[in-house]
Amino acid sequence: MSSTEVTSGAGRPDDIVAVPVRRPGRWVAAVIVVVIAAAIVRSVVTDPHFEWSVVGEYLFATPILEGLVVTLELTVIAMIIGILLGVVLAVMRRSPNPLVSRASWLYIWFFRGTPVLVQLLFWYNIAALYPKLGIGIPFGPAFVHPDVNSLITAFRAAVLALGLNEAAYMAEIVRAGMISVDEGQTHAAQSLGMTRLQTMQRIVLPQAMRVIIPPTGNETISMLKTTSLASTIAVAELLYSAQLIYSRTYKVIPLLIVVSIWYIVCTSILYVGQYYLERHYGRGATREVKARQWLKMENLSASHDSGL
Amino acid sequence: MVSAEGVHKRFGRLEVLQGITLKVDPGEVMCLLGPSGSGKSTFLRCINHLEKINAGRLMVDGDLVGYRQVGDRLHELRESEVARKRAEIGMVFQHFNLFPHMTALDNVTCAPIRVKRVSREQARERANELLVRVGLADKVGAYPAQLSGGQQQRVAIARALAMEPKLMLFDEPTSALDPELVGEVLAAMQQLARDGMTMVVVTHEMGFAREVADKVVFMDGGVVVESGPPAEVLGAPRHERTRAFLSKVL
Repeated sequence: MSSTEVTSGAGRPDDIVAVPVRRPGRWVAAVIVVVIAAAIVRSVVTDPHFEWSVVGEYLFATPILEGLVVTLELTVIAMIIGILLGVVLAVMRRSPNPLVSRASWLYIWFFRGTPVLVQLLFWYNIAALYPKLGIGIPFGPAFVHPDVNSLITAFRAAVLALGLNEAAYMAEIVRAGMISVDEGQTHAAQSLGMTRLQTMQRIVLPQAMRVIIPPTGNETISMLKTTSLASTIAVAELLYSAQLIYSRTYKVIPLLIVVSIWYIVCTSILYVGQYYLERHYGRGATREVKARQWLKMENLSASHDSGL
Repeated sequence: MVSAEGVHKRFGRLEVLQGITLKVDPGEVMCLLGPSGSGKSTFLRCINHLEKINAGRLMVDGDLVGYRQVGDRLHELRESEVARKRAEIGMVFQHFNLFPHMTALDNVTCAPIRVKRVSREQARERANELLVRVGLADKVGAYPAQLSGGQQQRVAIARALAMEPKLMLFDEPTSALDPELVGEVLAAMQQLARDGMTMVVVTHEMGFAREVADKVVFMDGGVVVESGPPAEVLGAPRHERTRAFLSKVL
């Protein structure tokens, strides 16, 4: 250790003390940024059109909070559909059966190729296309005839549209994750006698997760905001609830601010969730030994000692 | 244990194996030598059906690899049957291929628990024994990224042994290692050979082949050029091609 210690003794030169280069450009840039920021803040705080008192009044209003709950429900259900169906589509894409992989390709092509707003309107009006839904033998007699108009409510149409559209994007994300796992992993798993399903479930997907999680977090945040499209088919989510209020009171700007505040709060919470998920699936990715792992290793070697 | 008769393997129009005939007896250690591209690794991968052969007959422990013979017709085995056969053959790879998201212990216990349905406690006990045997008692809870190449390869050997295989395949197990780490892996393999394991080893370690192998097979261009006891093939090669190769690697 003594050889690496910092000393100013004989043989080792003193640390360099030099006059730093002047960087006037940085000062100019900093001043510009501060001036613009100050102007924005001043406008936001003093401009009466923002009507901050109205914002405060509606921020926790019951219809707004109810709308928020619907937005969260839509986000969660649509993402669950998107992720599950996305994994299925991604696995189908890699199937050795050409018909199965083509079907998956076709699905992704179709749902990525049309705007989600158009899909939303399509599902909302699906009753015009299929007024009756039959459950029965394909091309044969049907046993149940539910009325499609009452089956596909606005909320369900939104869930379907957002979820099915999301699945196409998730499929590509999951596929990218699976491709990122080295082929040697599959060979090793197979050589140990694991089946294709076990290899996928225990070896490939857990490793693919590291690649899948960050863009999925992105998709979730994006979905939270995309649910606002459901306002066009009168689903009482956050934006639509606000629209109902301002169409009555004409307080458009303050209510849009209320809506924005809630969206930002929710996305911020999602950021935190994503951080912990990434940490969980990052296991083994670094050489660093974390405190929790030390504890586990101690336990293991302790039980191992007693076992001998 | 392994018997090959005229095994052919094509990748598209490239004929990688052009009629391999050889035999490995139980308890025997066979080293496959040869220049890169000679088909050694491909042959090894055919033995546990990671690659399908195009012609010839390949048998492990008296059973055809990947097929069942009914009358004079061959039936492809179902995936689950292939998996069951593979579980009886251990394989160690050049690049270790440890599962990076699992600790050393979980790497070793994973297959016994999932494939053989061994209880978790039993699998752990056995894994601990194996990791002690390869000299890694203190690395049980480490992730692969926290281990050196030599340590990773020894975990990989323990992982393969945990399935209690009747045959072990080694695909250039020391080629990706720093020179000073090669010894520890070869020592683990030598110990295994002494314990009577049947082994097929693709290697460039001539010292290992000479000391441990019962039989050495020299391959080039998808055929067996010559084979025999290490003293003969390495000491007094009969073929010009073998001589040329050995003069470069020894």
